[in-house]
Amino acid sequence: MKMSGAEMLLESLKREHVQHIFGYPGGVVLPIFDALFKDPSLQVVLTRHEQGAVHAAEGYARSTNKVGVVLVTSGPGATNTVTGLADANMDSIPLVVITGQVPTKMIGNDAFQEADIVGISRSCTKHNFLVRRIQDLPRIIKEAFYIARTGRPGPVLVDLPKDVIVDKGDFIYPDSVSIRSYNPTMQGNRWQIRKAAQAISKAKRPVIYAGGGIISSDATKELLDLVTLTNIPTTLTLMGLGALSGTHPRFMGMLGMHGTYAANMAIHHCDLLIAVGVRFDDRVTGKISEFSPHSKVIHIDIDPTSIRKNFHVDIPIVGDAKNILKDLIEEIKEINKPEPPSKDKLIDTWIEQVDEWEKEHPLTYEHDTDVIKPQYVIEKVYQFTQGDCIVSTDVGQHQMWTAQFFKFIKPNTWLTSGGLGTMGYGFPAAIGAQKAHPDKRVIAITGEGSFMMNIQELATVASLDIPVKIVILNNKYLGMVRQWQEFFYGGRYSSSFIGQSPDFVKLAEAFGIVGLKASRHDEVENVILDGFSRRGPVLMEFHVDPEENVFPMVPAGGSNIEMIFEAPEHRDDRKKRDSILTA
Amino acid sequence: MSEIQKHFIQVVVENKFGVLSRVAGLFSARGFNIDSLSVAPGIDPTVSQMTIETQGDDHVVEQIVKQLNKLIDVIKVVDLSEFSFLCRETLLIRVNTARPGDREEAFRISEIFRARIVDSSPATYTIEVTGDTEKIEAILNFLKPLGIKEIIRSGKIAIAREEQHGGHRPSKHSIEGEYSHHR
Repeated sequence: MKMSGAEMLLESLKREHVQHIFGYPGGVVLPIFDALFKDPSLQVVLTRHEQGAVHAAEGYARSTNKVGVVLVTSGPGATNTVTGLADANMDSIPLVVITGQVPTKMIGNDAFQEADIVGISRSCTKHNFLVRRIQDLPRIIKEAFYIARTGRPGPVLVDLPKDVIVDKGDFIYPDSVSIRSYNPTMQGNRWQIRKAAQAISKAKRPVIYAGGGIISSDATKELLDLVTLTNIPTTLTLMGLGALSGTHPRFMGMLGMHGTYAANMAIHHCDLLIAVGVRFDDRVTGKISEFSPHSKVIHIDIDPTSIRKNFHVDIPIVGDAKNILKDLIEEIKEINKPEPPSKDKLIDTWIEQVDEWEKEHPLTYEHDTDVIKPQYVIEKVYQFTQGDCIVSTDVGQHQMWTAQFFKFIKPNTWLTSGGLGTMGYGFPAAIGAQKAHPDKRVIAITGEGSFMMNIQELATVASLDIPVKIVILNNKYLGMVRQWQEFFYGGRYSSSFIGQSPDFVKLAEAFGIVGLKASRHDEVENVILDGFSRRGPVLMEFHVDPEENVFPMVPAGGSNIEMIFEAPEHRDDRKKRDSILTA
Repeated sequence: MSEIQKHFIQVVVENKFGVLSRVAGLFSARGFNIDSLSVAPGIDPTVSQMTIETQGDDHVVEQIVKQLNKLIDVIKVVDLSEFSFLCRETLLIRVNTARPGDREEAFRISEIFRARIVDSSPATYTIEVTGDTEKIEAILNFLKPLGIKEIIRSGKIAIAREEQHGGHRPSKHSIEGEYSHHR
C-alpha cells in the first residue's frame, strides 16, 4: 500500500515509540496535521508559539530521557524554533524537530514562508536533514532519532518540503541504523580506567565534579555507588543537580559562580579532580588559570571535544559515563581487595575539612519578616513537596536560588536552561514534563521577567488542563541584571526595572486559570498550601524583596575562591527599596 | 602554550550537498582559520576529499580535528602535519607578451619551472604550473616583470608519504588511551 509522506512520518514516529508531539500548524504542514487528525494515537500538544513547543519538548525529554518531538511549519514556524534548538544543543537535550518546507522546486525562490532552516540551524543542531525524496523519509527519521539520542544527545532537525509530504511511496522502515561516519564511543579504555582507579586510591583530597552527562547516560546509580564506595566529597553542576541526592552527606552543593563555599574551596584545594559528564563551562570554572590548581584531573565524557577544550586533563576517558563508572568501580574494588578499610582513613581529614568549610559559609540569607525573601519561598516550596516533584526554572536570580535552596533528590526532576541561559524556557518546559508525567507534581519557578517571555503558554495549560503550578518570584527587576548593575555598574539600573508588569493574578484569571498572590511574609505559606492543593494549573505570584542578591558570587572572570558574600559596596538604600515595595 | 603552526588537514566526508558548508561553518563558528581549501570527489563517488590548510597552536588544532570528527557527515580526519607529506597547488597565470622578446622569456621561464603554456593570444600567454608553495612563489617572481594580466591559484592538496602512512605513531591530538578501541 502506498503511503503519503505525512502518513510515513507518523508511522515512523510510532515506530520510535513517540506519543506526544509538541507543535503548531501552518501552511505546508497542513497534510501532516490532517493525518494527525485522523490518527488519534499520536497526541498533539498545541502550544501558542513555536519556541514554547521546543522548550516543552525539551522538558519532556529531560524529564524522561526520551527524545522530544516538535512539529512546526516552514518560514517563521521554523525560525521560531531556533532559540529552543540552540538551548537543546548547549544542554545536550535529545530532540527531533520536524519543520515544513516549501516545495522542493520552489526552494531558493523566496517563496511564501520560505526560510533556509537547514542553513540557519546548522550551527545550533547536532545534525540536520533536508528530505528531498519520499523514499528517503523513513530512513532519515530513523537516523534522526538515533543521532538525537546516542552519543552526546542533542537536537536534530528534519526539514520536509511540501511535495515530499504529499508524495506517495512504499513505506519501508529500517530495522537498524548504521552511519559509517558516526560511531559514538561507548566503552571507556580499560587501561585509562585502571589508571584512574589507581589515582583515586592514592588521592588524599579527591573531589567528584559531575554534571548533566550523568543524567543523560542514566548513571545516577553508578555515581551513588562510586560515592558510597569511596566516600569522596561530590559537587554537581547546574545541569547535574539530582544526579546525587541533595540530601546525601557527601554532597557539597553546586559549584561555580553561585556555587557553595565548600564546593568551590574543595575544588580549589583538591589533589584529584574526577570530572564526569561535565564540560568545564566558564560559569563553573571562573578564571580558568586558577581553577583547581593543585589537582590531577580525570575527565570522563562521551564527547571528545569536551576533553581539553577549556582545561587540561591528565587521564582522559572518552565514553558513556554509565559504562565507565561501572568499570571504574570494579577497578577500585580490585585495588582495595588486599586492604579494604584503609581507604576511608586516608581521606577522613579531607572530609572533615570539607565539613568545616560547609559550617564556615553555609548557604544562607538574611531572614526578614517585613518582606518576602525569595529564598524563603523556595524553602517553603521544598518543605511542602519534600522534593517529590519536577521543578523547572527560567533564567536569572530565581534560577540560582532554586538551584541553591531546593534539594533535588532524584535525576530528571530538575529542568533548567544551563548553557544558553534562555529566559522563557521554564514554563513551557514544565508543560512538556507534565505531559510526560501526568500524575507528578510539576512546578515552574520563574521570575516576572522570564515568565513574560513565554507567557502565551498560559493558554496551552488552560485549554489542555495541564496542572502545572507556576511560582513567580516578582521582584520588579530583571534581578540578575540589576544585581550586576548594583555590583559592577555603580548601581545604575539601566533598563532593568520592570515594575510595570501586569497584574499576574488577573492575567491568570483572564486565561482561565487560578491566580493567587502573596505580598506579605505571613501569606506565603497559605498561598503555597492553597495553590498546591488545587487540581488544575495555578499561578502563584510572590512579591519578593526587590533588591535581594544571590550569594555567594564569584564575580565574572574571578577565581572561584574569591567568592563574595555581600554587595561590594554595601549601600543602605532602604528608602528607595521601601518606595518600590509600596508602589 | 605551543607555537602557532601551519597544518594540513585531510578530511574525508560524505559526498552530500551541504557538507562543505558544515565544514566551513564549523571553522567560522569556532573562530578557526581556513587558509586554503580544496574539495573533490574521491574514487568512491559517495565520498569527497578535502584538504584544509589551517593554522593554530597544538590546542587549537586538536580542537579542529576533534570538532571535524564530531560532524556527522565527516568520515575521517587526518592531520598531515603529523606525517611527512607532499603538498601541491596549481597556478594559472596570464602574462603580457606584447613587447619583443617577451614570448621567448615567458617560454624560457616555463621551461625552467616545468610549467606549460596552455593558451595563447597575440598579446598573452596563459601558463599552468603545479608545485609546492615555494615553486609557485618563485615562478610568480620571475613572471612579474612581464606584466601579469590575471592569476588564479587553486587550494592546496596534500598527501602523506607512503612509508610513514601505515605507522602507528600516536596522534598528538589525543592522549594515548583517550579513546577505547571497543566502540
